[in-house]
Order: sequence, then C-alpha cells, then structure tokens
Amino acid sequence: MSATTIFGLCAAALVGVGLFGLIVDPQPLRKILAFNVIGSGVFVLFGAVARRGAAEGMGGDPVPQALLITGIVVAFSATALAVALLLRLFNVTGSVTLSSDAPHEERLDGGNAWRRRP
Amino acid sequence: MIETLNTSVAVLILALAIFTIATRELFAAAVGFIAYGLLLTLVWVQLHGLDVALIEGAVGGGLTGVLVIASAARLRDTPATAAVRLGASARAAAAIVAGVVAAALAACVLALPDPASTLAPQVAANIAATGVGNPITAVLLAFRAIDTLLEVIVLIFALIGVWSLAPDGVWGGRPGPRYEADPNGILAYFARILPPIGIIVGIYIFWVGADHPGGKFQGATFLAAMWLLAARAGLTDAPPISRVWLRIVLVAGPMVFVAIGLAGAVTAGAFLAYPAGYAKPLILAIEWALMPSLALTLALLMAGAPQRPGMP
Repeated sequence: MSATTIFGLCAAALVGVGLFGLIVDPQPLRKILAFNVIGSGVFVLFGAVARRGAAEGMGGDPVPQALLITGIVVAFSATALAVALLLRLFNVTGSVTLSSDAPHEERLDGGNAWRRRP
Repeated sequence: MIETLNTSVAVLILALAIFTIATRELFAAAVGFIAYGLLLTLVWVQLHGLDVALIEGAVGGGLTGVLVIASAARLRDTPATAAVRLGASARAAAAIVAGVVAAALAACVLALPDPASTLAPQVAANIAATGVGNPITAVLLAFRAIDTLLEVIVLIFALIGVWSLAPDGVWGGRPGPRYEADPNGILAYFARILPPIGIIVGIYIFWVGADHPGGKFQGATFLAAMWLLAARAGLTDAPPISRVWLRIVLVAGPMVFVAIGLAGAVTAGAFLAYPAGYAKPLILAIEWALMPSLALTLALLMAGAPQRPGMP
C-alpha cells in the first residue's frame, strides 16, 4: 500500500474518532480537543490528496499544501478563541458545563469584577 | 521497509487519538494531544509537505498544545461530575454515526482518481514570474494571495474576539495572569538560554522561506513561542492591550498587504496583482511587514483575554 493510501485511511479513522469524541464527551475542553482531532484528520486527508498530485519535480501539489498552512493557522486561531470563551465561562459561573440546567453559582456582578484567582 | 514505518506511524497516531478521546483524566488528554500533534509532523514529512510539517509542529502541536495544557491546568479542580454523561444508547448511536462518516471517507480515499488531478504543472509554468523559488511561498503570496490576506485578517478578528471577553473593569489591561517562577529554577534557566537561539532559528526559517521550506508563519510562531517562554518564566510581562504601538504593530502587516493589493489594482489591472518585474520585491515587502504582526498576534492569542488593569 502506498503512503497516500495508508495515511488517507488513517485520516478517515481520525475523523471518525474525533467525531465520536465531539458528540459523546460532555466536557467543553474535551470537545475542543476532539474538534482538533477531526480537523487534523481532514488536513491529513487533504495532504494525502496533495501528495498524489506530485509532478514537475515537486513532492506534492503546492496549491493544497499552501491551503493546508492557511488552514492549520486558522484552526489554531479558532481554538484560541474557543479556549478563551471557556475560561471566561469558568470565571463567570465557576464551572464548565454546556448543560443549561446544571446547578452553578451565579455571580452577582456577572463576572465583571476583577479578582485574582488563587 | 518504509511501508512498515508508515503503517506503524499511522497506527501510533490513531492509538494516540483514541487515547486522547477515551482517557478519563483531562490533563492526560491534553498531554496525549501534544504527542499526537508532534507525531503528525512525521506524517507531513512522509507526505512530502515540509512546509506543512514545520507549521504542524510549531502551531498544531506546539501552540495549540500549550494552550490546551494551560487551560487544562486551570480547569483541573472543576467538578467534572457536573457534566451529564450520555446514555448507552446515545453513545452507540454516536459510534454508528462516526463509523459511517469514517467508512465513507475511507471509501473516497480508495476511490481517488488515477492519475490524480494536480495544479503542480501550472505552478511550475508560472513560478518564474514571481521570482521566488519555493512553490508554496509562490502560491501563498502570488497565486492565492487573497487566501493569505483573509487569513491574517481572520487572525486579527480572532484576537478581537478573545479581547472582547475581558471583564469590563480591565478592558485595555494586561492579558492573562502574571506568571511567576523560581528565578533559579530550570524554567527560568531555559527561558534565558533558549530565546537567543530560538529567535535566530525563527528569523532564519522566515528568511529561507522564499526559496526553501519555511516562511513567515513558521518563523512568527517561533518568535511568539520564545516570548511565551520568557513570559511563563516570569522574566517579562504581557503589555496592556490599549498601548498604541501594540495596535499599530498588529495592523501594520495586513495594512501593507492591502495597500500593495490596491496598488496592484491600479498598476497591474487586478487587486493583489503585481506589475511584471516587481513581483519578488513586493512579495518580500509583504513578508517583512507581516512577520512582526503575525508574531505579535499569535503571542497575544496565546496570552488570552485581559485579566489585570493596565496601570498598577
């Protein structure tokens, strides 16, 4: 089996593993991790397609490879925003859950007061 | 031989992904994810994408890993029991959905057309006009420059999104907590020894990007990581986000990119087109302008929302 087939199949499995984690895991940070696993699976799949396009002495099709660089950086910025949202949720409610009916301490100032976390 | 290596890397990556998803401990999941990201760089090398390998190692494994492990450390004490676990039937349904998606993708991989469609000949035919030797740099800054422009703007938007999560009282203040470390400890030692080397490596990767694997994204990540190391060791502090110089550096790169793009509309007939013969200097000007903006944007994305007042 060629490298593109091996890693292409591996990428398909990664998307499946990540999707399962995204649906099943209730913790938000775990969901962010699972989403990144899905993302990297998609990237590797795209990378295998790029490798198959090798021609003219280039190791792979440079257009998808350049798009991959763009994609990985954008995925990072989305992860940074998601993590910042999560930490803000934690600061405001004192817990991290996406469940709307879970008990949590409501802070009267809506988390606006500045406090040093121990 | 090489097939055995590829198969074992693929199996190892899959095992790490399953571990990351399945382990009960949040911190263990974060550590598993970092190892997973670093192993992915091997896949990129095997797929002949050295530029992608560099960015995967620096951003996918490195920055994302630090971000995840730092927040896992902060959320460590939260009661995980508050989260409601799905029932067995829902989990089985999720497994079926995930399995079907993976199987469909695997079928697509096995059914890819042969010979594969590729844009490599077009890139090879037109790369001489850009003056750069690395085809990926040519795609990023000439053939598909609009993607790169939108990407750097997305990074700025993400940063604005992170900043807007600041509590009202500290808007314009310093991001993240003030880190403190033992000044004689191993972290502070590394934070003194590594940055001079890391900064040179980062600038080198940026410099060779025109003709070899590397470029501004990879180089900027190195610079951001070196600042992050010094900040985590307590040797330096994040600047208040209301500083004028900081705002100027953040937008300078994208502004130069847009200005050169608009100038192209006048001189070369299309937005982001370069006049014949001036492609290489204009591409280098964009790269030089983007490098500091990208390094600062990535560093501030890592630092997070403002948490402390700017003026002590």
